[in-house]
Amino acid sequence: MMNTLFNLAAADGISGFEFSLQEQVCKLLSSYCTSVEADVMGNVVGIIPAADPKAPKVMLEAHIDGIGLMVSGISEEGFLSFVPVGGVDSAILSGTEVRVYGREILFGVIGAKPPHLQTGGAKEATKISEMVIDVGLSAETVRKKIAVGDMVCFAQKTESLNDLVVSGKSFDDRAGFISLLLCLESLKDKTLPFTLYVVAAVQEEVGLRGAAMVSERLAPDCAFVVDVCHGDTPDGGSESIFKLGSGAVISFGPNIHPYLSTLAKDMAKKENIAVSYDADGGDTGTDAWAVQVAKAGIPVLLLSIPLRYMHTTVETLHYDDVCAVGSLISAMLQNLDLEALACTYQN
Amino acid sequence: MYLSELTELPGVSGNENAVRAYIKERIAPFCDNIEVDSMGNLMAYKRGTGNVDKTLMLCAHMDEVGLIISRITEDGFLKFKAVGSLDPRVLVSKRVRIGTGGFIGVIGRKAIHLLTPEERKKAPVMKDLYIDIGACNQEEAQKRVAVGDYVVFDSAYIPFGDGLVKAKALDDRVGCSILLELIQEPCVWNCCFAFTVQEETGLRGARLCARRVQPTMALVLEATTCSDLPQMDRNMVSTYLGGGAAISLVDGATSYNRELAQTLYQLAQSHNIPVQFKQTATGGNDAGSIHVSAGGVLTASISVPARYIHSPSSVISLADYQAVCDLTRLWIQEVHHAKIITRAL
Repeated sequence: MMNTLFNLAAADGISGFEFSLQEQVCKLLSSYCTSVEADVMGNVVGIIPAADPKAPKVMLEAHIDGIGLMVSGISEEGFLSFVPVGGVDSAILSGTEVRVYGREILFGVIGAKPPHLQTGGAKEATKISEMVIDVGLSAETVRKKIAVGDMVCFAQKTESLNDLVVSGKSFDDRAGFISLLLCLESLKDKTLPFTLYVVAAVQEEVGLRGAAMVSERLAPDCAFVVDVCHGDTPDGGSESIFKLGSGAVISFGPNIHPYLSTLAKDMAKKENIAVSYDADGGDTGTDAWAVQVAKAGIPVLLLSIPLRYMHTTVETLHYDDVCAVGSLISAMLQNLDLEALACTYQN
Repeated sequence: MYLSELTELPGVSGNENAVRAYIKERIAPFCDNIEVDSMGNLMAYKRGTGNVDKTLMLCAHMDEVGLIISRITEDGFLKFKAVGSLDPRVLVSKRVRIGTGGFIGVIGRKAIHLLTPEERKKAPVMKDLYIDIGACNQEEAQKRVAVGDYVVFDSAYIPFGDGLVKAKALDDRVGCSILLELIQEPCVWNCCFAFTVQEETGLRGARLCARRVQPTMALVLEATTCSDLPQMDRNMVSTYLGGGAAISLVDGATSYNRELAQTLYQLAQSHNIPVQFKQTATGGNDAGSIHVSAGGVLTASISVPARYIHSPSSVISLADYQAVCDLTRLWIQEVHHAKIITRAL
């Protein structure tokens, strides 16, 4: 499964352009699910139906889109100007290799003016407006092959830094999706009393859009969202920061249904799964925020994987944490009392 | 061509060992004598067919800009300093290779979500950056790295576009690669092919070569800034990619002999070799220390224009590389005919 993570993270698919990932994601889900469907926006749903067609429904969700860039113009000389898709720190761009999805996939390099000629001088971050994508082609050829609006993806393979500490792009949130597959793997021979939807959602990075659509359509009785949280770095502070290798992070707060967070806590203890706790006063900044208020309201739990350098081409995580999330969801699904969940506010 | 292999070798100033070993092994059959001095400069001598007591020193530097590990933190992160002129703005979100073991590491910084609006606008500062090798503490990190280990960008040689190449260390492995090609061909004057060290830390190796070789003339092969980007003031564009071999007139370290520069320019033109003058007067290369050594040496520089120089992804045109190679070959053959030589010497 670690190999699958390596490949899936390195694959291209920025928000709104997840089509290039769909086939791979469908294939991965089909080894665990009775059926797999993709909706008009590109969300992919794997279904493991319960024997009883009236059985309740549970959704597991992770988003598969990643941040990236989009071509916004072509200069006289044939350089491409670009805009960010999702939250891109402009500091990561200079010298970064990209793939431009034009009529064909073209290799390019992000370049900037020499340091002393940048308008902000050497002390300011290079502005995106002073950077270009260089595909090394004449303006005429560029115009034939590339158009404004074309997707630009960071060209970055996944590499292992130290056994289980791995680094690459788009672990946010392909690592979350892998944890769902790990959960399905551990449930292979089990029968659950509810229908399970496993969702690979689109367009999280541009406003939690895929999750909102898909949970509206599926209307599950409860949902598990997996995303990444910030890993420990020397410059990151300590607030809501989690050490790599410290396990799954269970969220608490208004976004999270208390029955689910309590169950997560209990199951982690019972099954001896490494966990830490995080609290958000409101928006968790994840799909859980959109899922919670979809349809008639969906009880939701957020589990997170600590990730260093989120939204860069060197996102770094500990594979044990991905496994911990998968194990925790698996344990919870086998002990989930949906009636008790429904009764939480009834007495 | 040697360029793909040469650019992927580590050779930060002060540890050019891998590059020197690669070159030494390949030039041995083609020269009469090889010397390596106390700093690590590699000099290969080749007797000319002209049977004259004149020496042309052809010079390219083996070193590249990079980093050096300065401290290992308790948490197992690596602090570093720059070796050579490196803009910290090209470091964030890049992969690196550390030490002779080539261990992989990444340079990150706290995520965009955690940056304040002010922090987002500011350039990263070198002393705040660190390398992550996935070690959980200092002890584990020390198993793989030590203070003093050199660090290079993890960047592959990738041909792309219309005959362009992206790689690290094109400055100045292009020069090394051209010299490797040309040492295999006959020369008229005696030639010394000097592969120098520590250009990036202040043109320090080349001066030793000039003193030792005492050349009649020196030719420095380099990679130079190419800033032909959109919205650039045309007066600030030093060279154009695809514009051919770039001949220097004045830079920060040398006022070049104008007649020699003109001679090279005209020689290129008369043989239909694409050529351009470097238009800005900034920067500097080994010519700066060579031309003032050994009592003064007549020196010229021919460069391959390189976009995004001193970054993990610098870009050259292979046509420009060929132009520098062709012009240098021509000069090795024609040097004894040039008027400037007969008059000056």
